Amino acid sequence: MQFVFLMEQVVNGLVLGGYYLLIALGLSLIFSVGGIVNLSHGAFYAIGAYISIEIARVFGFAGGAVLSPVIVGLLGILFERFILRRFYRADPILSLLVTFGLAMVGEQLIRIIWGAAPIPVSLPQALKGPVFIGDFLFSKYRLFLLGVVIVVLTGIWLLLNKTSFGRVVRAGIQQPDMVAALGIRLQPYMTTVIVLGVGIAALGGALFAPITIVHPAMGAEIITVAFVVVIIGGLGSFWGVILAALLVGVVRGVTIYFYPAAGAASIYVLMFLVLMFRPRGLLGERIEKFE
Amino acid sequence: MTNRNSSGGAGSSLVTRRSALKLGAAGIAAGSVLGMPGILRAQDVIKVGHLTPKTGFLGVLGEYATLGIKLSVDQINAAGGVNGKMLELISEDSINPDVATTKAQRMIEQDNVDFLIGEISSASARAISQVAERNKKLFIAVGPRSDTLRGNSCSKYMFCTDIPNTVMVNAVGGALKREGMVDGKKFVTLTADYVFGHDLLRAAKAFFDANGGILVSDDLVATDVTDFSPYLLKIRQAQPDVVCLNLAGNQVTNFVKQYAEYGLPFPTVGFNLNTADAWAAGIGNLSGTWPTPWYDTLQTEGSQAYVSAFKEAYGKLPENHSWISFVAMRIMAKAMGDTQSVGTPDLIEYLESGQKFDLLKNRDGYFRAGDHQLIQEAFAFTVDEKAENEHDMIVLGDPVPGPDEPLESIFPTVEQNGCKL
Repeated sequence: MQFVFLMEQVVNGLVLGGYYLLIALGLSLIFSVGGIVNLSHGAFYAIGAYISIEIARVFGFAGGAVLSPVIVGLLGILFERFILRRFYRADPILSLLVTFGLAMVGEQLIRIIWGAAPIPVSLPQALKGPVFIGDFLFSKYRLFLLGVVIVVLTGIWLLLNKTSFGRVVRAGIQQPDMVAALGIRLQPYMTTVIVLGVGIAALGGALFAPITIVHPAMGAEIITVAFVVVIIGGLGSFWGVILAALLVGVVRGVTIYFYPAAGAASIYVLMFLVLMFRPRGLLGERIEKFE
Repeated sequence: MTNRNSSGGAGSSLVTRRSALKLGAAGIAAGSVLGMPGILRAQDVIKVGHLTPKTGFLGVLGEYATLGIKLSVDQINAAGGVNGKMLELISEDSINPDVATTKAQRMIEQDNVDFLIGEISSASARAISQVAERNKKLFIAVGPRSDTLRGNSCSKYMFCTDIPNTVMVNAVGGALKREGMVDGKKFVTLTADYVFGHDLLRAAKAFFDANGGILVSDDLVATDVTDFSPYLLKIRQAQPDVVCLNLAGNQVTNFVKQYAEYGLPFPTVGFNLNTADAWAAGIGNLSGTWPTPWYDTLQTEGSQAYVSAFKEAYGKLPENHSWISFVAMRIMAKAMGDTQSVGTPDLIEYLESGQKFDLLKNRDGYFRAGDHQLIQEAFAFTVDEKAENEHDMIVLGDPVPGPDEPLESIFPTVEQNGCKL
């Protein structure tokens, strides 16, 4: 019986990995194309949650979850056009500073518009409650979340690997000058990837709102774990982020099973160990820009 | 992330600059005639150093606390200030004990505040108390609930206004005993992993031991945890009769939402819940019996007047940390007014004198001289799961102790607390 409960934690950890992945994936994508560590990513997640709540008042939960990423994606165009674009070739410290500042602006904007008090959100009744698969207990809603994550991941993978758009983006990441020499303007591609990245973060915000507290600092809370995932996986690595998210979920769950007080610390210990033995992360490539 | 807000003075109060000047001049003149202590004449205003967490897992509560004390200062200033002097509120985000220490020291040394007030985190309150003691300044610990602040860590310079953990446990425990939910029942607890949570767990264990409750597991939860799914699976494994929460701030809201998400069948109770966190959980998620020091449905004249003023000022309802901050500032205004002083020894002597204060409840409260705890009524509330909105789902119970019992009957004694001032 003990083993069953331990395995339940492992499987729950894998599901939880999907939860982290929605935030970490966008971070990783934006880093891949622009070489920018977007510290304001959490703000897009939080704004996504708040906008989804407003939309849900009229169009229901599904309407909020679908439309909020679209609206935040449009904000992403402005973000790329007026801010990020200036920092692609600049010293990374500058983009770190500007996105850090933007994260604070985002949090304060939420405070001004929606107030400091948390916004109550409840799960749709149809998605509430447990599902038993064998001896394992799952939350119906998290299985739904996992399904959404798998669809998003598959979509992004297909976009990057099976379309002409993806070929240009990948070429642009590796050889931007060569792509330019071929007469292809990279800018629209960059914009699209940024829109996708912040849109996924907003989707995460919309989907997590019913199961976590919705308050102005919610972005700052999630961003730390998302960074841990990206760093363990390797900055810019698609599969590395997926592997790291699952690993972080499992390590945390198993640690809480045996020694709950160390649950939060376990993921940082994991990051420490990975960086000790493989500084570029599990599947990360060598990044000259940062060396 | 630091906010540094100033409130009060003639500029931001409801009185005009001219009338404030007149009142100030009148007050100073009156003070001279009455032989007011020199210290009250040293500054043009009375500076109030307010520290509370405005970010982090207690940030939501800190925002409410700030609104409460600001409203109190505005009302006091609008009524002419204290002894003719305007109050100037300097309010900062205390974030954590280290930052709280630094800012408290700076408020005393650079801002020259007359006293310190605020806090919700017990750990930060303990840190500020040490600064206050070193500098011989008064510190009103408004929101922290850890018993240790009234026990081993008590201080001559610190007065605690909120209800301590043991009383929160007793308030809910009494209701649970009446429902037969303690004797012989298996409990699992989840506890916030810092001084407040540890302290609450200690009080809960003492309650279980005294009343036949069986504690089958007690897990500590880091304050920044937002996902509780691994803990929920452990609860399912333990198959308890009751799930008991000793969590704090955002932790409670996250747990309650996710508990409803997983649909576990075990009843939940808690020994700590702030009403802002309860509202944030949303309809249909919260259940069980919980303690509270105050709720806006309390039908006393003072309480309803406060609720109206808060709604008018901020367009929303107050919760318990805004209430206690509002009340704590009024207590200090009365203390300074009655003593005609902002001198620490005068104020300590006054607060220790057993003077009664209007806490907007049914019965007045007073500070106990032996441990500096504000003695007052407490409440348990239940949740109406069919309510139409978050506010109405909280159903306030009768005050404890009952009207014929002494207020101190629900508080541990000074000897039990172990405070040596």
